[in-house]
Amino acid sequence: MTVWPGALPCCVALPLAGAVLAFLLPRRVVAVGLCAALATAAGSALVVANVTAGGALRYAIGGWGAPLGIELAADGLSALMLAATAAVGLAVSVHARDYLLAAPAAPKAFWPLWLFLWSALNALFLSADLFNVYVTLELMGLSAVALVALAGGAAALAAAMRYLLVSLLGSLGWLLGVSLLYHATGTLDLELMAARAPHGLALAVPFGAMTAGLLLKTGLFPFHAWLPPAHGSAPAPVSALLSALVIKASFYLLLRLWFALPPHGDGLALLLGVLGAAAALWGSVQALRQRRLKLLVAYSTVAQLGYLFLAFPLGTELAWRGAVYLALSHALAKGAMFLAAGCVTSRGGDDDIGRLDRVAQGMPLTLAAFALAGISLAGLPPSGGFVGKWLLLQAAFEQGQYQWAVVLLAGGLLTAAYVFRVIGHAFMQSPGAAVRGAPGTMQWAALLLAFGAVALGFLAPWAAPLLDGVVP
Amino acid sequence: MSSAPLYAAAGVALFLIGLHALVWQRHLVRKIIAVNVMGSGASLLLVALGHAGPGATDPVPQAMVITGIVVAVSATGLALSLTLRLARASGQVELPRPRDDDR
Repeated sequence: MTVWPGALPCCVALPLAGAVLAFLLPRRVVAVGLCAALATAAGSALVVANVTAGGALRYAIGGWGAPLGIELAADGLSALMLAATAAVGLAVSVHARDYLLAAPAAPKAFWPLWLFLWSALNALFLSADLFNVYVTLELMGLSAVALVALAGGAAALAAAMRYLLVSLLGSLGWLLGVSLLYHATGTLDLELMAARAPHGLALAVPFGAMTAGLLLKTGLFPFHAWLPPAHGSAPAPVSALLSALVIKASFYLLLRLWFALPPHGDGLALLLGVLGAAAALWGSVQALRQRRLKLLVAYSTVAQLGYLFLAFPLGTELAWRGAVYLALSHALAKGAMFLAAGCVTSRGGDDDIGRLDRVAQGMPLTLAAFALAGISLAGLPPSGGFVGKWLLLQAAFEQGQYQWAVVLLAGGLLTAAYVFRVIGHAFMQSPGAAVRGAPGTMQWAALLLAFGAVALGFLAPWAAPLLDGVVP
Repeated sequence: MSSAPLYAAAGVALFLIGLHALVWQRHLVRKIIAVNVMGSGASLLLVALGHAGPGATDPVPQAMVITGIVVAVSATGLALSLTLRLARASGQVELPRPRDDDR
């Protein structure tokens, strides 16, 4: 097949156009939104197909290449992130159509904001220019905050406000680092910058500022305090987007930064590993203590993020592959979990875990989605989570760093504990009447996404070659 | 001796002052102002570093600062409107303590 780099700008322009149209046509907002979602997913599929067939792509916008112009670039890692975004995006779009019926004003705001968010995410994954990344980070942050605020109510507004301040602080850290790096290297293109990498303080200060900003935006322990309220109080499809995609975007940037400009010495890498381990254990314990389903799932995000950071102290190719795979499968599984939680709450039901027994009879599909997603999170074979954890474990054993393996295994047990806590409640005989089921489309959206998280384990042989030459 | 290092140092100082206020001030409008001060600090640093010498100015940092201003305006607008809605909904212009809204 012929390689067509023009697919790259399509991934950014299609959702952007859709967002503007959805904003201009409030009466047809759902139709416009769903069409734009389909078109965007098709564009992403085209990029994935091109990268699979022809390797990394670059596209100079307006015919002006770097260092003068701004370039879009796609390699295997970007392609995988685009694919995960498209999969979660489609499921969320289908789910949101019915979920938002309860609040008549919500769709008018949701669809433009969500398509703006999708556009920002795609642009972020395709940017080769660090300042362009700053702009996409801000676009992503602003649309995500506005989506959280859609829930209304004092708790959601406070969570959105806290999220906004954290997000702005994180982006400013990135901006500060970019300005210093630009001064040191004279370029904003990450590839050129890697070739002219500065040394000593000229690298350490911007690298530290950018890493700190991204950790804040990713919500790594102990910078996670904003995450559970924001992810827990947003409307369920929004929570799915935030937990599955938005925090992965800043993690993706962290990977890019570390691949291009590896820091000297491994003190910082060790620190990230220790914070990751603390996040995995602390987040899991907090998840076990929650009474509300959505907060349990949000704390589980804090914990699962921790595993991704275990790759930094290991630092081998195997470990990076494991972290990427774990990030992808967490995206699908956590998206499915929040969508399942959305099915529970959609018909005016509350998400108190103690009362979930009434849900099982009314919504078996939702329960199946939650269980399948839980299997991937806990890392049971043959799920995508299993492949990611297996690679990380293998890397830890190869290096003789058994402490990280212990964290992975203990975290897996805790994950299984909080997943079964939910499923166990749901299987108990209920004294009251069964809850009326959520619409089938919503439940199927969650279930298919959860199937995707499990099927990712079988897709590993196809996905692995995409990362050749991308991970160091 | 050019004055660029002075401006760069002022930029870093503004960034740190803003950071301090963002962390320690409780009133939301003060926090929003703090973010703006930090942004100005970063912009000042960018422009100062781009000033290589008399007559030789790198245009790229200036283009970046203009873009940064646009971003800051939209972020401030969103933050202020959120603050207004929060004040109407909860009656206070402060964020609740993290533990309050946690469970």
